Amino acid sequence: MLSQHFPILLVVVPLIASPVIVMARSGFLGWVASLAASAAAFAMSVALLVATTESGAISYAIGSWPPPWGIEYRVDAANALVALLVSAIALVVLPYARRSVSAEIGQERLYLFYALLMLCLAGLLGIAVTGDAFNLFVFLEISSLATYVLIALGRNRRALTAAYQYLILGTIGATLYVTGVGLLYLATGTLNLADMAARLADVPDKRPLVAGLAFITAGVGLKLALFPLHAWLPNAYAYAPSAVSAFLAATATKVAVYVLMRVYFSVYGVDAVFRDMPLGPVLAVLSVAALFIASAAAIVQKDLKRLLAYSSVAQIGYITLGISLGSAPGLTAAVAHLVNHGITKGALFLLAGAIALRAGGTGFDRVAGLGRTMPLTAFAFVLGGLSLIGVPGTAGFASKWALVAAAIGAGHWWIAAAVLLSSLLAVAYVWKFVECAYFRGPPGDAPDPGEAPADMTIPAFALTAAVIAAGLFAWPVLEASARAAEALMGAPR
Amino acid sequence: MRMDIILRVVGKILIPYAVVFALYVQFHGDFGPGGGFQAGVVIAAAVIFYGIIFGLAAARRAVPESLVESMVALGVLVFAGVGVAGIVLGGNYLDYFVLAHDSVHGQHRGILWVEAGVGITVSGVMLKVFYLFTGRARDLEDGP
Amino acid sequence: MSFFGHFSYWATVFILMTGLYIVIARGNLVKKLVGLGIFQTSVYLLYVAPGKLIGGTAPIVGEGFTVYSNPLPHVLILTAIVVGVATLALGLALVVRIREAYGTVEEDELLEADAKDD
Repeated sequence: MLSQHFPILLVVVPLIASPVIVMARSGFLGWVASLAASAAAFAMSVALLVATTESGAISYAIGSWPPPWGIEYRVDAANALVALLVSAIALVVLPYARRSVSAEIGQERLYLFYALLMLCLAGLLGIAVTGDAFNLFVFLEISSLATYVLIALGRNRRALTAAYQYLILGTIGATLYVTGVGLLYLATGTLNLADMAARLADVPDKRPLVAGLAFITAGVGLKLALFPLHAWLPNAYAYAPSAVSAFLAATATKVAVYVLMRVYFSVYGVDAVFRDMPLGPVLAVLSVAALFIASAAAIVQKDLKRLLAYSSVAQIGYITLGISLGSAPGLTAAVAHLVNHGITKGALFLLAGAIALRAGGTGFDRVAGLGRTMPLTAFAFVLGGLSLIGVPGTAGFASKWALVAAAIGAGHWWIAAAVLLSSLLAVAYVWKFVECAYFRGPPGDAPDPGEAPADMTIPAFALTAAVIAAGLFAWPVLEASARAAEALMGAPR
Repeated sequence: MRMDIILRVVGKILIPYAVVFALYVQFHGDFGPGGGFQAGVVIAAAVIFYGIIFGLAAARRAVPESLVESMVALGVLVFAGVGVAGIVLGGNYLDYFVLAHDSVHGQHRGILWVEAGVGITVSGVMLKVFYLFTGRARDLEDGP
Repeated sequence: MSFFGHFSYWATVFILMTGLYIVIARGNLVKKLVGLGIFQTSVYLLYVAPGKLIGGTAPIVGEGFTVYSNPLPHVLILTAIVVGVATLALGLALVVRIREAYGTVEEDELLEADAKDD
């Protein structure tokens, strides 16, 4: 049965696609191969999500070495959902990427772009499915190294400094993570996450565990752009090629958030993190700071992509706020917002890329008058913006509502108030786009009015439709998130 | 440095031995210290040595850049192919036990091929890095 | 549990902080990468040092040997070293490209150039 190998094939198919593309040396063949690999990964993650819903966690022993001695890939409701998000975004971005990337990157290196994208996809999926702490580090670095190069491909020379800055901070983050894992390994003698969770209780001296948790929180916090460790994010997303921005904004930070959830809830357990250590309040304060400061920073940006990037930092704050509650409803809201914000931000960056192609840039001077020159794109962008605010009927509402309900349920009124107040700031930055696009005339030298070509707009509109669908029919995502939260918290203690 | 007779003679004598030593390290890797990483670096070092003494153009003639790029990809494919072979033969991914009639020979065979993949990729990557960095400096000097 | 009992950890912390300080305090992009390399080295020490047992030999089963060192940390760190090399190579490649695009590798001059663009 091939389906029993899905956990590893999910990673290996994009991983093999990458060298195949390099050997084929053709941009078009590279595109076809990456599309096929992403479609295969998507199909496999759907099958895995269905299988985990029906029969619980799936364990796969690499090389038939039984865990905990060998590397185990362990797929449950939580990481199947994350893998599904990642592969779905890849599948949406690739049809879009063909035109967008050829417009932004030199033709002779096009195949290398697709090879890197597949490498990045393999890394992100690997982080999601692996059950081994060190293997996770390796995949983290595979995806990060590919990401640095993808960002550096941007047309503006600032893409280079942005990639360099991300390389420095990302490497520090990964190194801190692996230091924390090292302390856990020395204390427990195992690298298998499930086995580690079982052995933590027997460790006599708790101090290495506290230090390990601190290292992992700081390291993963850098990767997921937890305020105030977000300095790399705005430039990286703003100057990367549009397709790359969309793919990364929807997946990279989300996968890092998943790692944090896995370590907190599955390895350490709720009691150890939120009762024995004061991580709940720390995380809550940082998240609330992110909501307000990053949203305020988004308002004053002069560039649409930078605005979206700062908004990402704020939206990640909602996710970590859900984690900081340390409860099943809070975690459910966090997972739901992880998915909903992933598709929302993916859709918005795709639309921003379409604007960049037609209007010749994403500065607000180029965006002016967009409501007339690109009416559909502008309208879709407003819909996505409504989801960032959390207007009922959009994906952002469902998960924010779950978050507010969880906060009130736990008696944290101030958190609920912070979520609502910060949504007003989101109104301000989305309004900035509305005002610019609908109430100002197009710039005198508007080069090429009209919608972007169909192979770019169809993926962008499809993802925008998904945002609305996930808002109108919120239950599938919320139910899957509840199962994911259960799987994260239910691991053996 | 092309005029330096001592370097040229010593290089001509040493480079073949360096390559042979690399092959020894490579194929010794499955039952002793050694393996693809070390062998790949030694092979790459031999070519880089050649490039430093006889010039970049000569090195590029001996080991063309297109070959180097293919090597980077080929090694990964060999490694992943061994893993897939495990699945095809009825085991798990990277399952060496099923690669031969008994598990010990399977381990031997699996490690041999995986190390071959690692060796190809590592030497390819080292050479690619060398070509890219040296070539870029040269292009800049020759430029306007 | 004396100072000397934790000697390798003190060394680890010292290397870690040294590397981090260089990354933060130096404005030259190449020097930052050197600091990053030193920073990563601390992890190698953290893993490898406890894997060594005094009097232990290589983990190959043989007659007369009963104490073996743990090979797993070495294998892990071999991977981490390769990752470090790849990061360093990519970082230096980026520095080369930055030098070509901006004509400098000093952080403050880069910021100035970016500010002028706005």
